[in-house]
Amino acid sequence: MQKRSFLKALSSSVLLSSTSTLLHAQTKAIRVGSTLSLTGPLAGTAVMHKIAGEIFIEQLNKRGGLLGRPVEWIVKDDQSKPDLARTLYEQLISGDNVDLLMGPYATANSLAAMGVAQRNGKVLITNSFGIPSLAKYDMHFPAYVMGIDPGTTVPNTLLEAIAASGAKPQSVAMVTSKFPSVVFLSVGAREVFKKRGLREALWLEWEFGNRDFGPIASRLKEANADVVWVGSIGPESIQLLEAMNKIDYKPKIHFHLYPTPGPLAQSPLAANALSVSTFEQHAPFTNNPAYAEVFKMYNERAAKANLPDTAFEIQAANAYTGWQFLEAGVKGAGSLEDAKIAAFLKKNRVDTIVGKVRFDGPNNYGDDLNRIKQLQNGKWLVVHPKDSAFPGSKLNF
Amino acid sequence: MPSAGLLFQALASGVFLGSLYGLIGLGIGLGWGLLRQINLAHFAWVFLSAYITYELKTRLGVDPLLSLLLLVPVFAALGMAVQSLLMRFAITPFNSLLVTFGMTVSVEALLQWIWSADYRRMASLYEEHKFRLGSVVVTYSETITFCLSLLLAGLVWWLLKKTDVGKSVRACAEDPEIATAFGINAKRLSIWLAGLCAGLAACAGVCVALMFTLAPSQIFTWVGVIFAAVMIGRLGSALTPLIGGLVIGIIESMTMALIAPTWAPLVAFMVLILILLLRRSDE
Repeated sequence: MQKRSFLKALSSSVLLSSTSTLLHAQTKAIRVGSTLSLTGPLAGTAVMHKIAGEIFIEQLNKRGGLLGRPVEWIVKDDQSKPDLARTLYEQLISGDNVDLLMGPYATANSLAAMGVAQRNGKVLITNSFGIPSLAKYDMHFPAYVMGIDPGTTVPNTLLEAIAASGAKPQSVAMVTSKFPSVVFLSVGAREVFKKRGLREALWLEWEFGNRDFGPIASRLKEANADVVWVGSIGPESIQLLEAMNKIDYKPKIHFHLYPTPGPLAQSPLAANALSVSTFEQHAPFTNNPAYAEVFKMYNERAAKANLPDTAFEIQAANAYTGWQFLEAGVKGAGSLEDAKIAAFLKKNRVDTIVGKVRFDGPNNYGDDLNRIKQLQNGKWLVVHPKDSAFPGSKLNF
Repeated sequence: MPSAGLLFQALASGVFLGSLYGLIGLGIGLGWGLLRQINLAHFAWVFLSAYITYELKTRLGVDPLLSLLLLVPVFAALGMAVQSLLMRFAITPFNSLLVTFGMTVSVEALLQWIWSADYRRMASLYEEHKFRLGSVVVTYSETITFCLSLLLAGLVWWLLKKTDVGKSVRACAEDPEIATAFGINAKRLSIWLAGLCAGLAACAGVCVALMFTLAPSQIFTWVGVIFAAVMIGRLGSALTPLIGGLVIGIIESMTMALIAPTWAPLVAFMVLILILLLRRSDE
């Protein structure tokens, strides 16, 4: 009798325990792991990705999370170092046992993370991968929607924008940082400019982290080309513009590839600077009222984080887009299995803050959504093509 | 063929940048040569001073040169406090490298926490105002940096060579035990010297804020080139870091103007290696 009671009690407790485990598993947070360059030379831009990601997670959890479970974002600091990013992604998968991955910031770190994701069969969504031809992993999905060949499409869009303004440049001076994704695009642009008949007045490269832009500015002044292409990242554009101003040189048409937007917007020296963007915080990009709260939250948090430019622009938009891919993939697949998520994304277009995105091209790249923006009266405004341009804006030189 | 204008402008750019290398290197070289400490925190003090200069100018409108009146004594006190701490724990020269590296990382994190990791640029009349020397354009901020570097190097030279305190400092560096036997208080002198080095870092920080865009992560990008400038000169010397800085700065700028910007660090460090090899064969 005693034995039967004991067995009953045991079976009840096992049942209770397994039910509670099941319930716990259903409500247990889905863990998404990623690194970001919270310190180091890329930190100035990566902080925008962090703010945008945090806003997305908050909103996602308010909507009920994924598959009925809350979502937790584990973000580690890769210190802007690809080798550390690689180690941390290994740690996220094997130590933290994350369910899903999100990519780091910048090309080199993304490439490092891609190797780890591939080895472990995990989906990797990157939001700032700048060399599409290197993204060979078939479960990698790029949220910087730049098409497979931005080295051709970006300079062509730039030349179209210049031509639409009525200007007819004959020569180009190209100076570029050797930062991998930057020099890649500058080399592509060099070929495009040659093919389109522009005389190359200067080609110069500098190491990322260069301090003295005086001699580069002097050589640009001496080249005196109609168009100046600045293959820059981070503060390099503002440093070069300051060096140009010092020697009283103001280029007629100047394009900057990936400058940190804030300091450039604040500097009068950067007036009429051109750049690329998939998103700026103005109409028609902000026409969808569903995102009004996102912009408000981002503007407030960016101000609190002391960012010089608090606008929700390309960097924040790319980060937000990446998270939208993840949400669409998991919900579409109805599963946390990476292969199912990848299969869903490949077959479907995802509606995001930057527009509808497809992954059916080479290396899962679709269209190039880059537009040309210009700094006018301290604000970045998309000016080309017309359907994305700020209403009433036009290219100024 | 580059024009004469380009060459002279590049030369001037090298001289001004080199003088800043020299000014930063002056504090490092003194600490290394006379205190036997490889003080990486010197770079942290330079950038902390640059950020405070930026803040004082941007928020309160304080002229960067006037901010020196506040920054130099505050940083001197900071340097003295750190030196007292290092001496209390009898930190060896090699360990000083590790300890001060830790301090630098902490200061970098502090800068990032207060001012964010984004880039900051101090708007200043000194950078906007400029004058011409023939075809060469020179800004006031470059002139200030150059003059301050010359003045401070000269002042430190005079202090070390012509005053009793300076002679005592050199004696302590050469043989602390004998110097102590002659009644020199080596501990007190080294604390004062550390204060002087940190004060020099504060001055260099003002020049960095005047001439450059600031980002916390940039602290470490200066390390290699400043050590090169210091090593071209002689450790513990007042004038040779300035000469070393000018050599590196001019080589970098001329390489950028005549060959390619990517070659600049390579050529500068090759010259450093060459100088060190020649110096060794002389010995």
